Amino acid sequence: MLENAFTGSKRYYLLLAVLGGMIAVGFVVYLYQLSFGLGITGLGRDVSWGFYIAQLTYLVGVAASGVMVVLPYYLHNYKAFGRITILGEFLAVAAVTMCLLFVIVDLGRPDRMLNIIKYPTPNSVLFWDMIVLNTYLILNIVIGWVVLESERNQVAPPKWVKPLIYLSIPWAPSIHTVTAFLYSGLPGRGYWLTAVMAPRFLSSAFAAGPSILILLALLVRKFTKFDPGKEQIQTLAKIVTYAILINVFFFFCEVFTVFYSQIPDHMLHFKYLFVGLDGKGQLVPIMWFSIVGMTITALLLVRPENRANEKTLAILCGMVVLTTYLDKGLGLMTGGFVPNPLERVVEYWPTIPEALITMGVYGIGLLILTVLYKVAVSVKEEIKS
Amino acid sequence: MSIDRREFIRIAGLTTFFGLGGKAAFELLTPGQLEAKMAQEAPKGTRWAMVVDMTKLDADTAKKCVAACHRIHNVPDLNNPVNPKEKVDPEDKVRWEIKWIWADHFHNAFPGFEQPYQQKLDHLPFLLLCNHCENPPCVRVCPTKATFRREDGIVMMDMHRCIGCRYCMAGCPFGARSFNWQDPRPFVKEVFPDYPTREKGVVEKCTFCVERVEKGLMPACVLESKGALLFGDLNSPKSNVRQVLQQSYSIRRKPHLGTNPQVYYIV
Repeated sequence: MLENAFTGSKRYYLLLAVLGGMIAVGFVVYLYQLSFGLGITGLGRDVSWGFYIAQLTYLVGVAASGVMVVLPYYLHNYKAFGRITILGEFLAVAAVTMCLLFVIVDLGRPDRMLNIIKYPTPNSVLFWDMIVLNTYLILNIVIGWVVLESERNQVAPPKWVKPLIYLSIPWAPSIHTVTAFLYSGLPGRGYWLTAVMAPRFLSSAFAAGPSILILLALLVRKFTKFDPGKEQIQTLAKIVTYAILINVFFFFCEVFTVFYSQIPDHMLHFKYLFVGLDGKGQLVPIMWFSIVGMTITALLLVRPENRANEKTLAILCGMVVLTTYLDKGLGLMTGGFVPNPLERVVEYWPTIPEALITMGVYGIGLLILTVLYKVAVSVKEEIKS
Repeated sequence: MSIDRREFIRIAGLTTFFGLGGKAAFELLTPGQLEAKMAQEAPKGTRWAMVVDMTKLDADTAKKCVAACHRIHNVPDLNNPVNPKEKVDPEDKVRWEIKWIWADHFHNAFPGFEQPYQQKLDHLPFLLLCNHCENPPCVRVCPTKATFRREDGIVMMDMHRCIGCRYCMAGCPFGARSFNWQDPRPFVKEVFPDYPTREKGVVEKCTFCVERVEKGLMPACVLESKGALLFGDLNSPKSNVRQVLQQSYSIRRKPHLGTNPQVYYIV
């Protein structure tokens, strides 16, 4: 099956070459980071996690959202999604791989990475994050590959893969829950110290992930002979709509609790993000764009006509991806660290080397995604003819 | 009412059963808590703690305390590189600074405690350092046990095991941890031979001068403090820290977070 990855149109190879270039640039800059240290990033003693960990957080959500196509198909026997479960699973593979790479590029001593396994520490949420992410990666590779192979051979998937599929369904929300627990269990960080963190992560993930899937499905239809299907896209659009509405609701729940209670430790972070603090507020326009944009997009998605038209749907999905990314990526990470525990405002903005390394990791993820989608689509085209 | 032999054995057996069961259940549900309760009644071993008496501390002395600590622990001074050309610009300095102990304002040390009519307090040099919490969140979150709590309460770092994930920095509510964002050695002008220098990519912090305490010496900052800083064993009723804490009212940083800090401030 993998042979399909090595035969393709000129456009396919061109895409691979571009991604290869992104990876090469990222890799060279990473070597620079290894030799100088993490000082090449915008991070510091006050904002000690930033762009890398933000990508990790966002992409765990994208990975988890694969379950939104797997669950209806396997648990509710919703046949239409049978066509696209593979797209969800392979998207998860690419996303989780990026997550793991983002953890590695964030480490000060990546050479000692295996200490997490050598000295297993169950009281650390990071230890559990490592376990759930790796397991989810393996589950999706195995399930995706085996089911696709049986589809190609036009036989039923082997029996042993069923339990794995059922396991992968609760496993998906678990990876994002554990990722939320990385933050929500820390005593001194008021912005993160909220029980609605994990639910909020899940709602934004189940909005953003299926949005990405819709956009990918539209691309696949445009550039290949495989059509993921109109009904499939419309059902995904409904999932996006519910999830983004719930996400906006959770945000306002958070705002109510924080501002009605008037507890400074919790309010200061929101103030920094939305109006600025001590005259500093470089994220203010981004945060307003994110939350206003997200709310408007959610409301527009409610109207069936806007979803039915695939052009407006694509734009709205793009908005969902962008606004949730700004909220969960930049906002969540920086907002949690500013102001610092001594109530000083030290701002953070990623540097160019940091952005290039990030781009390199995205290059690797997109390369994996491209190759896996190429394999999947080739199999689908083969069956059709 | 009389109890026959049979009844006695039955009751004794049941009592033993429930007695043991009770203990086992405690062990299972709240490991260590039962022991901790017993320990509270009769403390065993040592529990190091520090008292900072702000009524005796002036800015000059505070500065000396910081300098003494940073000198004997080879803490890099970004303002003072070995090669004068390698000077770090001020913005990077804020982000990269390594601080084991430093002086700060009252409202930064104790956010939420300040009130507008106590301006005098805000100008005092509050010496801040790792609180060596009884229930340290940094230890809880570390994925490799590179940071750990000793029996005597000192929270330590194994800089050879640290992977540099900086989870402990997110976990610490006191900003007491520093990360080496670059190689610190070019910023240590005079290497103090009795303490190792560090590499880039690991986290470090105050160790209560464990290397000195083990030799029966006082921490470096305490020696420099002209009596403003006290260090001793909280488990010993006769210790200086116990007696001072008994006599004077003291506060601790962010006690509501439940980390149980072991640095006490008399204001």
